[in-house]
Amino acid sequence: MKSLWRFLVAGVVLLLARRRREPRLERPEFRAGAGAELVVLGLLGVATLGAVAFAIVYFRGADTQWLGAALGVALAALGAASAVASKRLVLQDKEIEPRPELEDPAAQKELVTTVPEGVGGITRRRLLLAGAFGAVGAVTGAIALPALSLGPAAGGQLTRSPWRRGRRLVTEDGEPLPAEEIAIGTFRTAFPQDADREQIAAAVIVVRVPEDELDLPSDRRDWAPNGILAYSKICTHAGCAVSLFRYPSFAAKSPKPALVCPCHYSTFDVARAAKVLFGPAGRPLPQLPLEVDGQGYLVAAGDFSGRVGPAWWGVRRGRPT
Amino acid sequence: MGCAEGAADVIRGTVRFLDERLGSSSFLRKTLRYVFPDHWSFMLGEIALYCFVILVATGIYLTLFFRPSLSHTIYHGPYEPLRGHEVTEAYLSTMQLSFGVKAGLLMRQAHHWAANLFLAAIVLHLMRIFFTGAFRKPRDLNMAVGLTMLILAVVEGYAGYSLPDDLLSGMGLAIGYSVVLSLPVVGSWLAPLLWGGNFPGSDAFISRLYILHVLILPLAIALLVSIHLFVVARQKHTQFPGPRRTERNVVGSPLWPAYALRSIGLLVIVAAVVVLLGGLVQINPIWLWGPYHVYDATNGAQPDWYLGWLIGALRLMPPLEIHVFGYTLVPNPFFGGALFPLIVFAILYAWPALERRITGDHARHELLDFPRDVPWRTAFGMGFFTWIWIVFVAGSADQMAVHFEIPYDKQILFFRIAVLVLPVVVFLVTLRVCRELRDTGAHPFRPSASTRVARSE
Repeated sequence: MKSLWRFLVAGVVLLLARRRREPRLERPEFRAGAGAELVVLGLLGVATLGAVAFAIVYFRGADTQWLGAALGVALAALGAASAVASKRLVLQDKEIEPRPELEDPAAQKELVTTVPEGVGGITRRRLLLAGAFGAVGAVTGAIALPALSLGPAAGGQLTRSPWRRGRRLVTEDGEPLPAEEIAIGTFRTAFPQDADREQIAAAVIVVRVPEDELDLPSDRRDWAPNGILAYSKICTHAGCAVSLFRYPSFAAKSPKPALVCPCHYSTFDVARAAKVLFGPAGRPLPQLPLEVDGQGYLVAAGDFSGRVGPAWWGVRRGRPT
Repeated sequence: MGCAEGAADVIRGTVRFLDERLGSSSFLRKTLRYVFPDHWSFMLGEIALYCFVILVATGIYLTLFFRPSLSHTIYHGPYEPLRGHEVTEAYLSTMQLSFGVKAGLLMRQAHHWAANLFLAAIVLHLMRIFFTGAFRKPRDLNMAVGLTMLILAVVEGYAGYSLPDDLLSGMGLAIGYSVVLSLPVVGSWLAPLLWGGNFPGSDAFISRLYILHVLILPLAIALLVSIHLFVVARQKHTQFPGPRRTERNVVGSPLWPAYALRSIGLLVIVAAVVVLLGGLVQINPIWLWGPYHVYDATNGAQPDWYLGWLIGALRLMPPLEIHVFGYTLVPNPFFGGALFPLIVFAILYAWPALERRITGDHARHELLDFPRDVPWRTAFGMGFFTWIWIVFVAGSADQMAVHFEIPYDKQILFFRIAVLVLPVVVFLVTLRVCRELRDTGAHPFRPSASTRVARSE
């Protein structure tokens, strides 16, 4: 402890002694206050202690809060020391620096002559230039071409769907989904049996609506047995999973039952073929036609009514394959 | 005519536009007039630079397909002999890149060839610098920058071919691990620290190797390249002595127009060589080596050439280990794998200062030496590089044993003697030859002035 004190005193003396020199010409004489020097010294000490504390915490369990606190304090103290030193310890002078001229007309003129001069001896300049552009363009194109190896050509991938007539809907656990389990006011996520669930056209939402409230297009009349409907779970706006179900708790006052995407709040009318009620989505959610098989389980009666997921160039052309 | 005026207007407009905003004209004027001395040996550094550019470009392409993961999976790809074998994702993705990606193998092999060429160009550039005394003040600092880049490039190359997790990768990493482990005292902490455990280390090791190879080292090299070139531009090039060339000037071609075109041409030609090699000459066929397992190794394995001197040193070293109080202070791999390169680079880093000390010459030098005019330096350099070269050749003793049927142990015995004797012999011979050439003024390869006169008569 005593030696540490001596060390500190020696440090202060050194700092003070450094100040004793001739004042500069035309500069205000400047002397750092002893108080400021002590403050800086103290801050440097705190920074050192913080760093040491960080090491100790690191080796003794590495508790995140203590690690953060120790290193944070160390850095803050070091930063403060440097800020105080810049304000109170070093010479405070102001200078005027002239701003350099940007433009140099002589250099401009020379450049303008140097550049064409270098190629001035070429007679068939335009032809050669065209040839150079052609060759460099072709070679650049050739070098860029292997970028096409990155992935398959876009078209076919976008329209792939695992849904076929007769394919069972299964739960997250892979169990077939009995039609009678779908209650009004709840919604279930289902997947095609024996297919990759991670593909965008796999997941569907299954909901049930009282049959008298259903308002489907005429060609989809038999797509919803017992009022059970299935829509693609992927929002047609920006591809998020539509994971919110708004269901009226008191039908007379509440808005219609709707599926809502939590990303940008596109809202789809469950009873009316997922028509967009609100929000930025440009298309309804594609509907999956359903049937109930002999054992009472839900199966697909075909593929979706349209393309799944966010829109692209050919999104409204043809049915999914 | 109107077209030419139009072009002139475009140039004038562009120049003014930039000058009004950046004040770039005086800088550009100087740049276009920057003088490059005309000597072929000055191209070596440029070739290294262009190899680096090609390495970055092809390397980025490879990262788009390579997966740095040691998760196990089964190979089902088109390469028949490997089907059904357990491989890692890193190996699998390199195989897919080689066989399933159009132009993938071309890019991979071009990348590998470019790495070999990169190192070759750096080493030749270094020899040019050494033998012509280009490292003397004020360029001693820049030589240190260059040497650092050489070390980084060697590590970068090693990290690169260790990534695909093929048999050679794994063997190289096993040796690298053993060398780190052999560092006196600290090795047994450092090696498991870097590898995340005892060899082959944790699954995170390949992530560390990967970020080292694709970000940290390339970034460091790019930074050093910038410094290297900035210093060159600041100090300007050296030049060989000749008519009108003094310590105070540079004689050569200005950047615009001829040198710029020549340099672009060099870039494209280096790219051409790399692409030709990558397309036509197979390199590192990882499907032949197979995936790495700790319990597997192959005979006659050769690393990339720039590591040959290290494997040679490991093979040449007699079975010496230093023990203190029952502790192994210096395990054997330290001598060949760490001490040898340390000595080599220590000599190279220290050389400019050593030479100043020896000659007492602290002056600034802008004119190069002809190697024969400084016999002792040239002789030392020849002996020094012979030393390294013999160790390098010894690294191929197993190949020579196979191809020329020279018994391996006899070769090693020979090389152990040669590595001590030959450098001295080469030193003495070079000293003699240089003095001879310097005193007679003859050129070693060109006919002397008198013979030329005789022939023209």
